[in-house]
Amino acid sequence: MKKFTRDEMAARVARDIPEGSYVNLGIGLPTLVANHLPKDREIILHTENGLLGMGPAPRPGEEDPDLMNAGKQPVTELPGASFFHHADSFSMMRGGHLDFCVLGAFQVSATGDLANWHTGAPDAIPAVGGAMDLAIGAKNVYVMMEHTTKTGESKIVQRCTYPLTGVGCVSRIFTDLAVIDVTPAGLKVVDVVDGLSLDELQAATGVPLRR
Amino acid sequence: MIDKRVASADAALADVVDGMTLMIGGFGAAGQPAELIDALIRRGARDLTIINNNAGNADFGLALLLKERRVRKIVCSFPRQVDSWHFDKLYKEKAIELELVPQGNLAERIRAAGAGIGGFFTPTGYGTQLAEGKETREIDGRQYVLEYPLHADFALIKGDRADRWGNLTYRKTARNFGPIMAAAARCTVAQVRSVEPLGALDPESVVTPGIFVQRLVQIDIPDAKSRAQAEA
Repeated sequence: MKKFTRDEMAARVARDIPEGSYVNLGIGLPTLVANHLPKDREIILHTENGLLGMGPAPRPGEEDPDLMNAGKQPVTELPGASFFHHADSFSMMRGGHLDFCVLGAFQVSATGDLANWHTGAPDAIPAVGGAMDLAIGAKNVYVMMEHTTKTGESKIVQRCTYPLTGVGCVSRIFTDLAVIDVTPAGLKVVDVVDGLSLDELQAATGVPLRR
Repeated sequence: MIDKRVASADAALADVVDGMTLMIGGFGAAGQPAELIDALIRRGARDLTIINNNAGNADFGLALLLKERRVRKIVCSFPRQVDSWHFDKLYKEKAIELELVPQGNLAERIRAAGAGIGGFFTPTGYGTQLAEGKETREIDGRQYVLEYPLHADFALIKGDRADRWGNLTYRKTARNFGPIMAAAARCTVAQVRSVEPLGALDPESVVTPGIFVQRLVQIDIPDAKSRAQAEA
C-alpha cells in the first residue's frame, strides 16, 4: 500500500498552517513540520518552556544550555522572539491564544477524543507534560500519526482504549494514508494518498468515514 | 539596610529540615539551580516533597538528590525521560510517591499559591485519569476541574542578574518556573550570576521584583553558554 513518508506528512500538515499563525509543535513526529513551513509565510513557533519565535537548531558549537525547546534540545531565537515564564506560557494555550498545535497520538476517536500520553501499561512510568493543556487549549488541534499500529490495527477508533488526553479536542487528523476532519457529523475525508481508493482507506479505518 | 545576600549556598539552606516541601526551578537542566541543590544534598534533610517539572536528569542536580533518597514525594509533569534513571529506579522500587500534574496545571497551581488564590477551575485534564475524583463544574457550557494551589516552605531558583533587594532577571528559557515559584514559597532562595549595585538593573527589565525573594546566593560561574563552550 502506498503511504506518505514522514516528511510528506509533515509537508502536508505545514500546508494547512496559514500565514500569521501561532503554533506549537509537539515532540517527535510533529517537530518535522518546522522543516516544511513555507518560507513565504510568517508563522511563529511557541515552545511551552517559555519562548515565542523559536528558530531552528543552532550550528554545532553554538548550543546554549539556557535556550532549549520542550524536548530539551538546543534551539535558537529569531528576531522578534520573546521569553516568558511558565504560567504565561500555558495561558497562551489555555486562554485560547495559540492558533494551532500539532500532536502525536496513540489513538483518536470518531468524536475527536485524543489518547497520546500513557499506554496504561501497569509497569509504565506515566508522564504527561503539556499534552493535556495543548489538547484543550489550542484553537485547532492537529494530530499527526501513522494510520495503523505496527500490527495493522486502526489508530482511528470508535472509543479510545488508551487513557485520554482530552475529550473531543482534535480538529484534523493527518496520517500516512489520509487527511481526515473531525466534524459534528462524523469523520470526513479531506485528502487521500495518491493511488489509494476510498474503499481501501475505509478498510484500514476502524470507524465509518464520510466523503 | 536591606541586603538579601547570603555568604554561601550552605548558609542559605541552613534551616531546611526533614519533611519540608521545596520547589525547585528549571525545565530539565535549563534554570535548574544546581549549586543550591548540591547544598541541599549536603544539608542532609530527608523525607522531602519536591515540586519541579521533571524528576531529574542524568547525574546532575535534582537527580542526585533523588539518588541520595532524600525525596519522599515528587510533584511533576514529566518524570520519565531518557536520562531519568535515578527516578525510574526509585519509582519501580516504590520508594518514591509521584503526583503527576499536567504542566499547565502545575504552573497555575504554583501561580495560584503566590497570588493568594484558594483554588481554580481549569479545563485541562477534564475527562482524564488525572482528574479522577476531583470536583468538576460546567461554566458557560464548558467542563472544568477544580485544582488547588501548591505552596512550599522553600523555592530554590536560578536567576541571572540581581541587586541586593532581590530584584531578578533571568536568561532565555532558564526563566521557566522561576518567577512563579519565587512568589509561591515562604522562603525563596535565588542563585544568581551577579549581584549588582541598586540601580544597575533597568526597572523595566526586572522580571521578579525583590518582594518575592528572601535570599540571594551569588554563584560566580560563567553563564551556561560560555560554560558549555569551555567544557566542549
